[in-house]
Amino acid sequence: MENGGHGQGLPPGLSSKGVDMYAASDLRKNLRIKLDDEPYVVTEFNFTKPGKGQALYRCKLKNMITGAQFERTFRSVDVFEPADLQEKKMQYLYEQEGKYCFMDNETYEQVLLTEDQVGDAKNYLIENIEAEVLLFEDRPLGVSLPNFVDVIVTKAEPWARGDSVSGNTKPVTVQTGYVLQVPPFIEEGEKIRIDTRTGEYLTRVKD
Amino acid sequence: MPAAKASRARRRSRGAGVTLAAGVDVRGQDGHFIPGAESWALFRKRDTLRMRAAILREVRNFFAGRDYLEVETPVLIPAPAPEFHIETLPCAGWFLQPSPELCMKRLLAAGYERIFQICRCFRQGERGDRHLPEFTMLEWYRREADYRDLMDECADLIIQVAAALGKGTSITYQGDTVRLRKPWEGITVAEAFARFAPLSLTAALAEDRFDEILTDHVEPQLGRKGPTFLYDYPLSMASLARVKKDDPTVAERFELYVAGVELANAFTELADGEEQRRRFEREEGERRRAGKTPYPRPEKFLAALPEMGLAAGIALGFDRLVMILADVPRVEAVVAFPPEEL
Repeated sequence: MENGGHGQGLPPGLSSKGVDMYAASDLRKNLRIKLDDEPYVVTEFNFTKPGKGQALYRCKLKNMITGAQFERTFRSVDVFEPADLQEKKMQYLYEQEGKYCFMDNETYEQVLLTEDQVGDAKNYLIENIEAEVLLFEDRPLGVSLPNFVDVIVTKAEPWARGDSVSGNTKPVTVQTGYVLQVPPFIEEGEKIRIDTRTGEYLTRVKD
Repeated sequence: MPAAKASRARRRSRGAGVTLAAGVDVRGQDGHFIPGAESWALFRKRDTLRMRAAILREVRNFFAGRDYLEVETPVLIPAPAPEFHIETLPCAGWFLQPSPELCMKRLLAAGYERIFQICRCFRQGERGDRHLPEFTMLEWYRREADYRDLMDECADLIIQVAAALGKGTSITYQGDTVRLRKPWEGITVAEAFARFAPLSLTAALAEDRFDEILTDHVEPQLGRKGPTFLYDYPLSMASLARVKKDDPTVAERFELYVAGVELANAFTELADGEEQRRRFEREEGERRRAGKTPYPRPEKFLAALPEMGLAAGIALGFDRLVMILADVPRVEAVVAFPPEEL
């Protein structure tokens, strides 16, 4: 729990609820809070206070489900529930009609993510790959993959030796349908390693 | 490029391009100090900190020229003025002052006619683009004067300081050109709400949205072309100010704005000890009901107050004055060590 980030602790009376709450003075960039039962992340924050007046905490908030952004000003009396976010290790099963299915290996529970929620990760989703699924009260919000993923090249032009200069690249298609630039010596059927953070080719993998 | 500028540019590029061990005294070709990577950010503040020192010197010159006595009062005090929206820092059973106001007025009451002080003040939890929990306040007080006199005097002060820095008769702050030539504009709080806010002052007060409307709609419009005084505040927002004679619904209080930045707060001081006691009791009652730290009553101040007579006082945020003159958007740029850097 990250309460009292400025060393001020909670206002009196809060701890008795048995729930750790954030006070307005805990607000800061990247804090995740729950508003109207939805998770929000603070994307911008500023403290203002007119002379002799009350403290105002101006926030720009982003809804972690819809991505919608808005501004809101809070006062020192406002309190917030932390957004209950969890990361769970899950296995990717399949894609159907734009929905991506993941399974919890312990409970066998399955969740569906939309293409938006999966984002760039869809380029590296090979069957049975392990991923971290971000959940808000059991609702999936997004997914993160290991930094390096090995995939099979399914389509590549043959290497025309002689007409290539060292350092040239060529486009290939991998098993997920993702197209990327690789060195010219990569052949169809070979396995390559991709950095999922940049989407770039790293090395050829020999089984 | 002039030689001085060229050598400065060379120093900068050398310093930025080379990773240096922290604390190693490396001198550039021209013999100037280049700090290590750990000290670089602090080193880069030196022009602003030099300007800060120059402003401080000129402020002292200004008051010396007007026969003001520079005073020092304790930072650690037993009983601050109870104000609902100001949280003091408790310290060793007493409190770090949120302002030197009470001791300054006791000096006035004792016959010190013109006094000023530059001191550190502390307000818990105040950290924003224009707020530091420990900041530097310039306060000055005059007997036989009211808030109108202080409007005039603070205009003179800022004009003199700007001139001493070579700024001429206008300054630029974050894209606004602010002309400093007198007379400076003034607008009452009620007029300002009527002109800039989506609802009237009365409605804003009734809906408890005064502060929010003021910061969102009114303040950003004030002082954009020339410094502006916002004056005559609702009584509930000036617990140490005198009630205006020809309009008992407002207090003789003003705030000075330059390019949307609130720079100073002033009152014709309330000199009625009994009225001050009642206001303190009301404010302290509200503080305690809200579960805030209880304050003892500042009895010695209340006892001396009737001896003060007609007087006016003003508190100017010194760090913000430097911000405006140095044209920087955030207050951490004008102090060597904001709390995050400690």
